[in-house]
Amino acid sequence: MISEHLPALVVVLPLLGAPLCLVLRRGAPAWGLTLAVSWLCCAGAIALLDGVLSEGVVSYALGGWTPPWGIEYRIDPLNALLLVIVSATTAVIAPYARRSVASEVPAERRHLFYAAMLLSLAGLLGIAATGDAFNAFVFLEISSLSSYILISLGPSPRALTAAFRYLVLGTIGATFILIGVGLLYMVTGTLNIVDLGARLAPLGTNRTVSVGLAFISVGIALKVALFPLHAWLPNAYAYAPSVVSAFLAANATKVALYLLFRFYFGVFGAAYGLEALPLETILLPLGLIAAFVASVVALFQIDLKRLLAYSSVAQVGYVVLGVGLANQAGLTGAIVHLFNHAITKGALFLAVGCLAYRGGRMTVAGLAGLGRRMPLTMAAFVVGALSLIGIPATAGFISKWYLVIGAIEAGLWPVAIAIVASSLLAVAYVWRVLEAAYLRPAPEPNAPRNETPASLLVPTWLLAGACIYFGIDGSRTVGAASEAAAFLMNLAR
Amino acid sequence: MRSVLDHYNYWIAIILMVVGLYTVVARGNLIKRVIGLNVFQTSVFLLYISMGVVTGGTAPIVIDDPDAVYSNPLPHVLILTAIVVGVATTALGLALIVRIREAYGTIEDDEISQLEEPER
Amino acid sequence: MSAETTLWLALALPFAGALLIGLAGRWPNLREAITLATAAGLFVLVVSLLPTVRAGARPAVTLLEVLPGLRLGLAAEPLGTVFALVASFLWIMTSLYSIGYMRANAEHHQTRFYACFAVSLGAAMGVALAADLLTLFVFYEILTISTYPLVVHAGTAEARAAGRTYLGYLLGTSITLLLVAIGWTWTLAGRLDFVPGGLLAGAPFPDGLLVLYVLGVGKAAIMPLHRWLPAAMVAPAPVSALLHAVAVVKAGVFTILKVAVHVFGLDLLPALETGEALAWLAAATMLIAGGVALTQDDLKRRLAYSTVSQLSYIVMAALVATPASVLGGGLHIAAHAFGKITLFFCAGSIYTVARRARVSEMDGIGRRMPITMAAFLLASLGIIGLPPLAGMWSKWFLAQGLVQAGSYGLLAVLLGGSLLSAGYLLPVAARAFRKPRDEGGASGVSEAPALCLAATIVAAAGGIVLFLFPDPLIGLLRQLVAHP
Repeated sequence: MISEHLPALVVVLPLLGAPLCLVLRRGAPAWGLTLAVSWLCCAGAIALLDGVLSEGVVSYALGGWTPPWGIEYRIDPLNALLLVIVSATTAVIAPYARRSVASEVPAERRHLFYAAMLLSLAGLLGIAATGDAFNAFVFLEISSLSSYILISLGPSPRALTAAFRYLVLGTIGATFILIGVGLLYMVTGTLNIVDLGARLAPLGTNRTVSVGLAFISVGIALKVALFPLHAWLPNAYAYAPSVVSAFLAANATKVALYLLFRFYFGVFGAAYGLEALPLETILLPLGLIAAFVASVVALFQIDLKRLLAYSSVAQVGYVVLGVGLANQAGLTGAIVHLFNHAITKGALFLAVGCLAYRGGRMTVAGLAGLGRRMPLTMAAFVVGALSLIGIPATAGFISKWYLVIGAIEAGLWPVAIAIVASSLLAVAYVWRVLEAAYLRPAPEPNAPRNETPASLLVPTWLLAGACIYFGIDGSRTVGAASEAAAFLMNLAR
Repeated sequence: MRSVLDHYNYWIAIILMVVGLYTVVARGNLIKRVIGLNVFQTSVFLLYISMGVVTGGTAPIVIDDPDAVYSNPLPHVLILTAIVVGVATTALGLALIVRIREAYGTIEDDEISQLEEPER
Repeated sequence: MSAETTLWLALALPFAGALLIGLAGRWPNLREAITLATAAGLFVLVVSLLPTVRAGARPAVTLLEVLPGLRLGLAAEPLGTVFALVASFLWIMTSLYSIGYMRANAEHHQTRFYACFAVSLGAAMGVALAADLLTLFVFYEILTISTYPLVVHAGTAEARAAGRTYLGYLLGTSITLLLVAIGWTWTLAGRLDFVPGGLLAGAPFPDGLLVLYVLGVGKAAIMPLHRWLPAAMVAPAPVSALLHAVAVVKAGVFTILKVAVHVFGLDLLPALETGEALAWLAAATMLIAGGVALTQDDLKRRLAYSTVSQLSYIVMAALVATPASVLGGGLHIAAHAFGKITLFFCAGSIYTVARRARVSEMDGIGRRMPITMAAFLLASLGIIGLPPLAGMWSKWFLAQGLVQAGSYGLLAVLLGGSLLSAGYLLPVAARAFRKPRDEGGASGVSEAPALCLAATIVAAAGGIVLFLFPDPLIGLLRQLVAHP
C-alpha cells in the first residue's frame, strides 16, 4: 500500500515537513523532524531503487490523472539512483547539522533554516521523481529559492551578496529552461518528458525545436555551473553555512546534471538519436575546458571552501565530458561520478565544516599544524581528497576509470590523456592543502589536541568511509550506474 | 514584412526579454536588477500565453454556449504557477537586498565590491 | 602455512610493522627492534615462498574485487619472487645500517622515518607480488607517496623543492600515461591479469601502448623522465640506498619487465616497431646518464646518474625481449641492487665519519676508512660488470640476448655504457686509495659505526655470493621465459 505511493511520498514528506518546522518554532525539534524526514526519504529511495532495478520502470499518476495529461512521477534506473544520492547524503548530513548550525545560525532563525532545508530537499527529490517537464521547472525553483535562503544564512555578510548573485543567475537559468520547455510545448502540445520524445520524433527537427534545445542547454548549464557559466557557484559555496555547502555541493548540481541527462537523452536523443545532439562538438570540449580551467583556478585559491568550490566546477566538467563521450562506458562514468562526487565533496565540505567549527573560516595557510591538532578530521579530509584526485581504492577512481575507458573506446586519445592530466591538477591543489596541514610548522607548536566533537566527526567519517567503501567495492554503484546508462542509451536509440 | 508584423506577439516577448536581461547585466543597482529580472520573466509569461491563443477563441472559462471556441487553457495554468514563482523570487530578492543594505549600507554593486575587497 | 597465507602475510607484515613502529615511537630501542623483526620476518616469509615457486606452483589470492573483473590480488611468480627476495633481504641490511646512521647523525623524526620505510617496503612487496596491473598500479602509487616523507626528511626548502620534483615526475607519469595504458589494455583484453606468455598475445593492438607503458613507468627513469632520481638524493643515505637504488627504481624496471613478459609476451614484443625505438631511447639514456655521471662531483648524485644508466640496461633487456635478455634483466635487478646499495652505504658512511660528500674531497679517504672503501671498490666492479661479482652474469646474459636478437648496435652501446661506468666509479676508489690525505683530515683509521660497517660488508659480499652461486636465481628466472 505504502510502497505503491512511494514515488510521491519521498517528495511529499519533506514538502509537508517544511511548514511543520515553522509551526515547531524552535531549532531542536525542527532538527529532529528534518532528521526523521531525511532518513525516511532515504529508506524510501533505496526501496524504489531496488524495485526499479528488479522490476523495471515505475509510473505513478499523481492525483489519479493518467499521463500524458496528468503529472506523472516516473522512476527509472537513472532517477532512482539520483533519489538515493540526494536522500542518502542528506540523511548523513542531517545529524551533522545540529551542532554545526547551532554554531553558525542565530537561535531565532534555526527552525527557518531547517524549513528551508526540507523545502530544498523536496525540490531536489521532486526534480528527480517527476516525469513532467514543467513540474521539473517548478521543483527546480522550489529547491533554488530555498537554497538562496540557506546560503544567505551564512555567517559572513558576503553570504548575502553570494546568495543574491546566485538568485539572479539561478533565476535566469531556470527561466531559460522554462522558455525551452515552452517552445517544445508549442511544437508538441505535451509536457510529459517521455511523450515529448515520442511526439518530436515524427516531426523532425525544425527551428523551434533547435531553439528550445539551445535555451534548455544554456539554462541547465547555468544551473550546473558549467564553465564559463559558473560565476555564482564559488562564492555561494564558500560563504554558505558549512552544512549548506556540503548539502549543495553533494546534491544541487547533481540534480541539475540529471536534468541534462533527462533532456538530452530522454527527449532529444529519443526523438532524433544521439547524432543530432551537439555532444562531441560542444559538451565534450566544454567539459574538458571546465575540468582544466577550474582546476587551475582552484590551485590559486586562498580560502579552503572556495578551493573546493572550484574543484566542484571542475567535477561538473567531468560529468559533462562523460555525457559528451556518448557511449556506454563514458555515460556510466558520468552517472557513477554523480554519486561518487556527491559523497566525496560531501565528506570534504563536512571536514572543512569541522575545522570551521573549531577555528572559523579556513584558509589554506591557516591549516598549518592541524594535522596534529585535529588528526581525525584531517584524516577524513585526506580520504576525501584522495577520492577527489581519483587514487585507486577510492570512489573517485572508479568514475575516472570509466571516463578514461569511455574516451579510449570512443577513440579520443587526447581526451583520455586530458582527463588524467587534469587529475594531476587535482593532485596539485590537494597537495597544497595537505602540505600545509601536515608539513608546515604549527603557529603554536604545543597547542593541545583539539578534536571535533563526535556528532560532527561521525557523519564526516561516514561519508569519508563511503569514499573508501565504494572505491573498494564498486560493483553496486557501477551496477546501478551502468544500468542507468544502458537505459539512457536505449532511450536514445 | 507582413510575416514579421503578424508575429508581433513574439517580437514583444523578445524585446522584453532582451530589455530585462540587459537591465540585469548592466545595472549596478540591485533593485534595478530585480526589476530587470521581473521584466525578463514577464516576457516569458507573454510568450506562453500568446502561444495558447486560438484564433477567434475566448478566454478559457466555460460559458453557456455549445459552439464556443476556447483558447488553450494549459498555458494559462502553467503561467499562473510561473507568476507565483516569479513573485516568490522577487520577494526573496528584495528581502536579500534589505539585508545587504543593513550589512553594507549600500545597494550599489560596485560599492559593495569595494567594501568586500579588503576582507580577502 | 599455505603459500596463499604466506603471500598475503608478506604484504600485511610491513604495514603492520609500520603501525607498531608508530606506536612504539617513544621507545627508540623497541621501535628499532620492531623494524628489524619485521624485516627479518618478511625475509623469512618470502624465502618460504621460494620452494613453492621453484616447484612451478603459482599461488594466488584475491584481496578485493573492486568491480567484476577489476580486482586487487596477489600472485607469486619467479620474477616477482626474485624482486621480493632482494628487497626484503636488503631491508634487513638497511635497517641495521639505518640504526647506525640515524643515531650517529642524530636525525630528527626517526619514528616517521622508520614507519614510512616499512610502508614503502610493504608497497614494494605489493608491486612484486601483484597479480594484475591494477594491483601493481595501486602499490606503485603507494610506494611513491610513502617515500615522499623520506625524501623531504630534512625538511629544508631544498628538500621540499626536491620532494615536489619527485612527486611531480612520478605521479605525473604514472597517472597520465601508465593509467591510460592500463585502461587501454583493459579495453583490448577485457581484463588486467598477468598471464604467462602475455595477456595481449594474439590480439592486434596499436604500437603506442608500449610507449605509454615505458614512459608511464617514471620509476624506470628513462630519459627525459629521470630528473626525480638525482633530486631524491637530498634524502638520508639509507633512503637513497634501499629506496633509490633498490625498492623504488627496481619497482619501475620490474614493472617494465613484467609488462614485457606478462602483458605483451615475448612473441609479440619483438614484432613491435616502437619496441626498437624505445630500446634505442634506453640506449641513449645509458650513454647520456653515464656521461653526466662523469661530470658529477657530489658522490650521491654521481651514483644516482649511474643508477639511471644502469636501469636502462634492464629496460633495454625487456624491450629486446629475447629469453636470454629477459633473464639478464631479471638478474640485473638483483646484481645491481647489491652493488648500488653497497655504494650508497659507503657514501653514507663517508658522510657520517668524515662529513665529505664530494668526489673531489675523497682524497686519501681509503686510508682512513679502508674497509668501507674496499667494499666500494668491490661494488664498483660489480656495477661495471667484472668478475668476481654478480654484475658480470647479468651483463653476460643481456649481451647474449642482444646477439640472439641481432642487435649489434645495442650491444656496442652496452659495452660503451660499461666502459663509462668504469670511468665514473673507479676514479673515486683510486682517489681514495692513491692520493695522499688532504689537509685537516684526522689521521689514523676511523671506520664507520659498527652496524653500518657490518651492513656494508654483507651487501658487498652478497655480490660475490651471487657471482659464485648464480644457479638458483638463474634456474628460477628460466621458468619465467621457458613457459610452454
